Amino acid sequence: MAVTDQDQEAPSYLIHRSFIEMRARERARAILDPGTFRELLGPFDRLKSPWLPRQGVVAQADDGVVVARGTLDGRRAATVMIESAFQGGSIGEVSGAKVAGTLELAYNSWENGRPTIVVLGLESGGVRLQEANLGLAAIAEIHAGIIALRAHVPVIGVISGTVGCFGGMSLAAALCTCLVVTREARLGMNGPEVIEQQAGLAELDAADRLLIWRLIGGEQRYSIGLADVLVEDDADAIAAAVRAASIHSPGKSPAPSTQVIRFLQRLKCINPAEPPDAATLRALWSRETEP
Amino acid sequence: MELLNFSYPANNRIARRAHVGVVASGDLEILMEPSDGAHAHIVVNTNIDGFGSVWRNVLERFFLRFDAVARIEINDFGATPGAVMLRLQQAAEAAGRWQ
Repeated sequence: MAVTDQDQEAPSYLIHRSFIEMRARERARAILDPGTFRELLGPFDRLKSPWLPRQGVVAQADDGVVVARGTLDGRRAATVMIESAFQGGSIGEVSGAKVAGTLELAYNSWENGRPTIVVLGLESGGVRLQEANLGLAAIAEIHAGIIALRAHVPVIGVISGTVGCFGGMSLAAALCTCLVVTREARLGMNGPEVIEQQAGLAELDAADRLLIWRLIGGEQRYSIGLADVLVEDDADAIAAAVRAASIHSPGKSPAPSTQVIRFLQRLKCINPAEPPDAATLRALWSRETEP
Repeated sequence: MELLNFSYPANNRIARRAHVGVVASGDLEILMEPSDGAHAHIVVNTNIDGFGSVWRNVLERFFLRFDAVARIEINDFGATPGAVMLRLQQAAEAAGRWQ
């Protein structure tokens, strides 16, 4: 029988708009103020990877990065959303240049008295192996771009899952002013499959999803202070978290990547011969107890 | 990887350009743009070789009803014929009909 009662509250899974299930363009629209999304270098500009077709891989017209201008509560903003469905959100020469170029544009914009908040959707496996050093060079430019910009305006990272954020882009995530994650997000240098392949099944079983998310999942990363905000996989919740992060004045709290002594102290309490499990690490690096 | 070209006589016009889909496993990306002349031109980039006749069948069926002058670029990553047809219809709907 069809449900006709209007008063009956719809179940939460119908009310929620899953951010994970959105594509990059929809994600940008969900974050920016309604009607302000204006894409830069869109698919019809056809800035594709020149390297993928030479290696038998079909290129995408936007190279998997959607750059858009818009506003956040009326303030100037730019979003860079990586499309994780295309080549695992990997960063190549063109896609990397789009990210780095946006950061540079935002920096120039600040210099000209028009501060622009940047939101990065960091759903990425890291460097695109087919483009090797060109991708790595682009990632280095992205890092430099974030560091230059974050001194003046907030650079907000979002990892929604379920691909996660790895390799050089995990460093980009760590450089952000504020990092927003969901439970479904993953954050780490090497992906579980890579670790299993390189170090063997005894080191890490990449098929053990519970173990993987306990180690590098969004909740764990938030609990040990490597992410700043933990939200549900809900477009409105993520948009609200981004807005909250965007009003913090830059330089108020030192960026994690400048807190060298704090992180060295953290490493000192770990014995590599007896690696801690997820719960032990949470106790050691708890965001509540740590100064 | 294979590059396929198709051309169909057409009479109508589309209102605007349209972009749908992603080059993701089992999916494809379509870029549809208005053009001049009396034909629709389709370029297919696909990562799966040897299915030219299947592409021809799907496109012929689509152009039985679509009939619009347009430049269409398809970047395919192993979409099934059903998925291709749905994406083409989605693009046609987004492009609209020129009044």
